[in-house]
Amino acid sequence: MSEERKGQGFSRRRTLGTLGSLAGAALLPGSPAFAQAPKGRPIRIGFQVHRTGIGAVYGRWYERTTTAAAKLINEMGGIAGRPVEIVAEDDGTDPKRGPEVVEKLARQHKVDFVYGTLFSHVVIASAPRAGELKIPYFVVSEGYHVASGKLNRYVFQPGITDVRAQVTAMSSWITGKLGKKVTMIFPDYAFGYDHRDFFSQAVAKRGGTVLEKLAIPPTESSFTKYFARVPAETEVLYHVMVGPGVLTFVKEMGEHFGKKRPQIFGFIDSLEGVDIASPGLDFLDGTYFWEAFPRYAEGAQSAHAKNYRKLVGVNDAGVSLADPKDVSTFSHMFGCWETLYVIKQAVEKSGYKDPSPKDYRALIEYLESVKSFPESAEHPQGAKMFNGRLHQCYGHQYVSKVENRRLKVVHRTKIEDSLYDPEADYTKQAL
Amino acid sequence: MSFGPHLFLALLEGTVSAFVLALTALGLSLVFGVMRIVNVAHGEFFMLGAVLAWFCASLVGTPVAGFLFALIAAPLIVGALALAADRLVLRRIDYHPEGTIVATIGLLYIIQQAVLTLYGPEARPVTPPVYFILSFPWFGYSGYKLVVAAISACLLAATWWLLARTKLGLYMRAAQQDLEMAQAFGVPARRVYAMVFALGAMLAAVAGVLVVPIQQAHYLMGLDPLLLSFIVVILGGLGSVKGTVVAAFVVGISDGVVSVFFSPTLAKIVATLLVAAVLVVRPGGLFGEDRA
Repeated sequence: MSEERKGQGFSRRRTLGTLGSLAGAALLPGSPAFAQAPKGRPIRIGFQVHRTGIGAVYGRWYERTTTAAAKLINEMGGIAGRPVEIVAEDDGTDPKRGPEVVEKLARQHKVDFVYGTLFSHVVIASAPRAGELKIPYFVVSEGYHVASGKLNRYVFQPGITDVRAQVTAMSSWITGKLGKKVTMIFPDYAFGYDHRDFFSQAVAKRGGTVLEKLAIPPTESSFTKYFARVPAETEVLYHVMVGPGVLTFVKEMGEHFGKKRPQIFGFIDSLEGVDIASPGLDFLDGTYFWEAFPRYAEGAQSAHAKNYRKLVGVNDAGVSLADPKDVSTFSHMFGCWETLYVIKQAVEKSGYKDPSPKDYRALIEYLESVKSFPESAEHPQGAKMFNGRLHQCYGHQYVSKVENRRLKVVHRTKIEDSLYDPEADYTKQAL
Repeated sequence: MSFGPHLFLALLEGTVSAFVLALTALGLSLVFGVMRIVNVAHGEFFMLGAVLAWFCASLVGTPVAGFLFALIAAPLIVGALALAADRLVLRRIDYHPEGTIVATIGLLYIIQQAVLTLYGPEARPVTPPVYFILSFPWFGYSGYKLVVAAISACLLAATWWLLARTKLGLYMRAAQQDLEMAQAFGVPARRVYAMVFALGAMLAAVAGVLVVPIQQAHYLMGLDPLLLSFIVVILGGLGSVKGTVVAAFVVGISDGVVSVFFSPTLAKIVATLLVAAVLVVRPGGLFGEDRA
């Protein structure tokens, strides 16, 4: 969690150095070497968080990451010298509640920006409201909905890659190393459909086939019945699952296939927040997972990543320092950290002051001009490309193998591996 | 998978879910049959059983001891809670049929939100007391699921024994058939009502305890069993124990077969259509009493 983190003078100073180059001396009042306490009207960031409902595990870690990042930003002098204040509101992972939360944050709490939504069905339901209210809406969701052009010019996803990019990057590895006859299991809503559509497309391009596409409702609690429909000739079982039943899902997969399993490639979503060494998951040894940011430190441990781990409160195995049973959602929550720093960069660079149409325009147009984010304390997962017309960032992806009940990185993609032909251009929309 | 093993798996899944469903629905059916009230909070008693099983398992060291402890403690705690709800809420509104629906909706939210506050929004796993995989030539199957079916069968038999062979069962049946006459013969109606409400809740709770090593305890897990229990109880005839058990098997096995061969969503559609069809032909349900 975001409790006391004393004695980090060295890293703070280093972070400040990076910030100094980002923000420019003009925007940080006082000496660039020592941060002054932020002052003035706080920048209020509305945080639409899944504290309850099926996204609760993610929500918990999104909140911890957000708290840690906001704390660090304030310690380092705030955003443009102003303190940052996070106003969190639970949306119950409920698409009906989502737009109400956006509205409440904007109208009642009078926040400057809304941020942090994860589950794609909630994002898709909430984004139009943000567009109507004309308030920038920074999502940390992975779905392809931002880059597809289906949402609106106020919606950005600068801190986490989208599903289409992820599966595009993975498809050549899967068809090349594991097999060409794939059966897909995915959650029965927008996020899962992105997997279904773009992975099948990418596999077909590489001469593979998707034999069967099994959609499972994210509220499902029993999964054996779905595994029976996996065709016998399947070479690769591709799984991605979310919701409270993920552990049961993976366990029943093991029970069903036993030793005669096909190759298994999963997205870590199927086990986010779950201990890989849980009873019943032994069969996972030798299977593969996609990761955005390796859960085990040996996978990708830059100095930035190491510092990030410490500040959000997880150990080298991606588990909470406070509770050894509390496994983080490591491949997703970094998106909150990075997005908050993108907001900071955009505010400082665009000269944003108040929630007025003029300042919002400047901020949006600034962000649309950004081309990349370098690997840094602000972007500990790694360097990213940013496409201002799609409002979407692109980054490195990882393939990890389960060995001795831990995840071991076996492949890291190039950023270019995840690019696809753009289908949208938000900059053409009116503000 | 070829047709034979596929069907075998479907029947296995169906049978296991039918047993659990029978247990849960029986509680709902008893409450309706004897007390003539609809308990909308029934699914929450199921959820409470599962959540309490998690607490019991984390208090006691070994999975077997934790499971046995939960099997006894969870229904007792839930039963006590149901007694309190009966005394503090249902009795005060005099078991008024419409009033109890609203009151138990309130109870549903109170229990759900209390669990959310005290236990949290996470889904937490409980290690099964026995874990082995039955390896058939075509697929593997969790042995614990069969243990669940066996324990459920024993509990169903025990409930039948309670209703058919004990004095409390006699009282319950008397109150169900004709409350005024039963009272005239000295049946303590209020106490019987309280016991029935508690027993109904305990059956749901015990089903929750049995299911939690398969599913994980989560504060929203009560909804599905509630809906399925309603389907079963309406199909079987409100208040008929035999009807409930038969309907649980019809629904459970058809659900298993349809969801394995087609899709679980279609299975729910079929179950709902089945209820509609039965209600058209026999408004009282398959084994419902004729209340012309």
